[in-house]
Amino acid sequence: MITKVFMPKLSDAMETGKVIKWLKKEGDAVKGGDLIAEIETDKANVELEAFGAGVLRKIVIGEGGQVPVGDLIGVIADPAEDISSVAAAPAKPAAPPAAASAPAPGPKPGPASAPAPQPAAAAPAGPLPAMESYQSVPATAEVVPMAPAAAAPAAPAGGRVKASPLARKIAGQTGVDLRVVQGTGPGGRIIRRDVEAAPAAPRPAVVPAGAPQPAGAPRPTAVPARPQFVIPPRAEAEFEDVPMSPMRAAIAKRMPMSKAPVPHFYVTSEVAMDGAWSLREGLNALEGQPKISVTDLVIKAVALALLKNSGINAQLNGQAIRVHHRAHIGIAVALDQGLITPVLRDCDIKPLGRIAVESRDLADRARGGKLRAQEMTGATFSISNLGMYDVEEFSAIINPPEGAILAVGSVLQKPVVEDGEIRVGRRMKMTISCDHRVMDGAMGARFLQDVKRLLEEPLRLLV
Amino acid sequence: MAAQQFDVVVVGTGPGGYVAAIRCAQLGLSVATVEDDRPGGVCLNWGCIPTKALLRNAEVVGLFNRAKEFGITVGEWKADYAQAVQRSRRVADRMAKGVEFLFRKNKITLFLGRGTLKGARVVEVAGKDGTATLEAKRAVILATGSEPRSLPGVTIDEKRIVSSTGAVTNEGRPGSLIVIGAGAVGIEFADVFAAYGASVTVLEALPRVLPIEDEEVSTQIARLFSRRDITIRTGVKVKGVTPVREGVSVEVEAEGKIETLKADQVLMAVGRAARTRGLGLETLGVATEHGFVTVSATMETSVKGVYSIGDMAGHQLLAHKAMAEGVVAAEAIAGQSPRPVDYGNVPSCTYCHPQVASIGLTEAAARAGGREIAVGKFPFTASGKAVAQGETEGFVKVVADKATGEILGVHIVGPEATELIHEFAVGRTLEATLDEFVHTMHAHPTLSEAAFEATLAALGHPIHI
Repeated sequence: MITKVFMPKLSDAMETGKVIKWLKKEGDAVKGGDLIAEIETDKANVELEAFGAGVLRKIVIGEGGQVPVGDLIGVIADPAEDISSVAAAPAKPAAPPAAASAPAPGPKPGPASAPAPQPAAAAPAGPLPAMESYQSVPATAEVVPMAPAAAAPAAPAGGRVKASPLARKIAGQTGVDLRVVQGTGPGGRIIRRDVEAAPAAPRPAVVPAGAPQPAGAPRPTAVPARPQFVIPPRAEAEFEDVPMSPMRAAIAKRMPMSKAPVPHFYVTSEVAMDGAWSLREGLNALEGQPKISVTDLVIKAVALALLKNSGINAQLNGQAIRVHHRAHIGIAVALDQGLITPVLRDCDIKPLGRIAVESRDLADRARGGKLRAQEMTGATFSISNLGMYDVEEFSAIINPPEGAILAVGSVLQKPVVEDGEIRVGRRMKMTISCDHRVMDGAMGARFLQDVKRLLEEPLRLLV
Repeated sequence: MAAQQFDVVVVGTGPGGYVAAIRCAQLGLSVATVEDDRPGGVCLNWGCIPTKALLRNAEVVGLFNRAKEFGITVGEWKADYAQAVQRSRRVADRMAKGVEFLFRKNKITLFLGRGTLKGARVVEVAGKDGTATLEAKRAVILATGSEPRSLPGVTIDEKRIVSSTGAVTNEGRPGSLIVIGAGAVGIEFADVFAAYGASVTVLEALPRVLPIEDEEVSTQIARLFSRRDITIRTGVKVKGVTPVREGVSVEVEAEGKIETLKADQVLMAVGRAARTRGLGLETLGVATEHGFVTVSATMETSVKGVYSIGDMAGHQLLAHKAMAEGVVAAEAIAGQSPRPVDYGNVPSCTYCHPQVASIGLTEAAARAGGREIAVGKFPFTASGKAVAQGETEGFVKVVADKATGEILGVHIVGPEATELIHEFAVGRTLEATLDEFVHTMHAHPTLSEAAFEATLAALGHPIHI
């Protein structure tokens, strides 16, 4: 049995990946689930699991090699097997970026999995292979036809990109992301001039900081005729162009894809956090229990409220609305070079303690660049908490293709009026950003109401 | 008499003017057209259409000459040139009447007479039956076309020294003809007169015939014409053309030597100039460049509300370019935002035998552009349909960008070349690349397969060669 190892698509925005390190050498025995390589995506470094057993017979893309998603990077096969046909043949061409997120009414294999239809690889031992976990949508989602009135969004997130063949080729060669290009052809079709006018992918070419002028070209120094205010020569350059980190570039590319085509609306609500606060203090005082953060409480409350308000746990999927029946929650983690949103799965059924342990682990590994592929995709909803930065409230940009995101502020002590008396209470503001194509204001408000009730009666989070 | 008001006044009813007028009418504007000759302009009356009729005659004559090849024995037969011209006149008349019909159908008022701009919105028509003043509420479209140029000191008398206009109407065929200028017009007339038995010499100052075409096209046509006993002389400078007793004498300088050539008739085919005299451009201050009117992307001149389209507005002097400009002008006047004319994607056609058609860049121009290119060429000798038809001369040549497969230019010599080119015109509009062509099935057997094979050849793997 021959198992081709392809550059996996580890996030929706990923178009190319770099092999940082092979964890197995050619000739090493490999079984399903073994970590075989480290891959650098635009967002993070992830470890690639094998999903076929045998021997790593050939490393097609060596360390440091960067290839499009879907390209062959290695071959796993039985020691005696003839792999010449596989190893010699060029890998399946990477699908155009548009195809990666092309909506389909139902499950559709993504390009990363498409080239690997080996029958024997269907039942790998060990954990789910990386490349399949992120597309396990059918089990958890149902597709609700969209009401005709709401049909035909101007630019469905992840919809087909209308572009000429030439525009696609040039974009492929220059790294322009067609999804963020404004087409000027007939019907908004992206044509050559649009791609040529679009900023290309970040290039390493950068003006280095340093001496403002070459050493051999000193400025002619004129003797001043009379005393004047002299600014001493300043050695440092007036500015520098810092190259975008791959993560910053990915964020820069991705956010306009949300904010421009997705009509956001925002609903803010204030939560009395006194009960939650004291519950948390009580839980954290217990010996041998994981420490619970405010975020953990919010995650749990959101997960429960999402199941009740399934209209919020939803996203636009072409002409349909995909309603999720699981609460996989993306948690925004700030990093020095940007942010990343690892996904905590099945928060609706995980107890609070488990959420606390897993969210901390995810955040730690996110900061260390050690996230696995399946931990970066598949969120049905996201939470961004800037509470630790003493932020009272803010609003977040939806992380497509998700339909909503909750922005959480600090728990602040403030004067509150209760029963006609002023006392000191703990209050937290949260703002949900919703995709108006999918949901409406009242739905967002009802959802917030439920989150609020759960946090204000926090024992509900424990049952 | 009071001025008559229309939304738009179109001066000139050639292919630019009549299309603009119809498009304006379709968009709900009231339109007046002004014509000092016959509706349809040079194209329908004295140019494209009648010459196509003559060239068809030439083709039929050619087939009669080849009858034996097809196993057909023909008794005594005679090709009467006068009748060919008469037939071409009937064709032209029919097409010109078609324009008048379209005007009536679209409720466009036709004023016969010479139009002059008296203001940005005022056109005075001087006709046989007096003058009329037309006021344009929205815009004036100038579409007065072009006229044949001559060489300095050479007067066209349309008898012995003729322009294309004389050549297309004279019923007498000269025994010998010198064609000065080997562009599309010169080559087409050389074809017609040679087919009808005239002794034809073509003189071209530039180094090759059809100088704007790809070099391989020029070479092929020169070779095929020479085989038909048409004398081709390139790099020849005409110093003087003098009518003499029993014909014309042409003094030429070739390779430093002066010689004198003689023929019954000389056809001046050295190009055309904008026909703007007496139109009132100067008084209104309409800007021109090298005699052609300067226009914006929506065909508006330097004077607001005055539009100019077709030959007088420069670029390629071609009817289809004029029509495209007419549509753009009409839609802009009606308040739409039309796509500007793409002057890089204008098909160029010469209807000689075999035909020549091209679009985009020549191979040399593409190379000069600095890009790495791929060239695919497929000869009609390898096309089953062409062989069956007995028309195997020529080829399809595709020039593509190596990196992207963008179709930079296509050059066709051969049967129905002028029809075959449009596959590539559409492809270029859609920004199709070589891949899209090779993944499009082409019916077998067709001449179009040669186009398909040329794109395959550009990718390095043609099947049939």
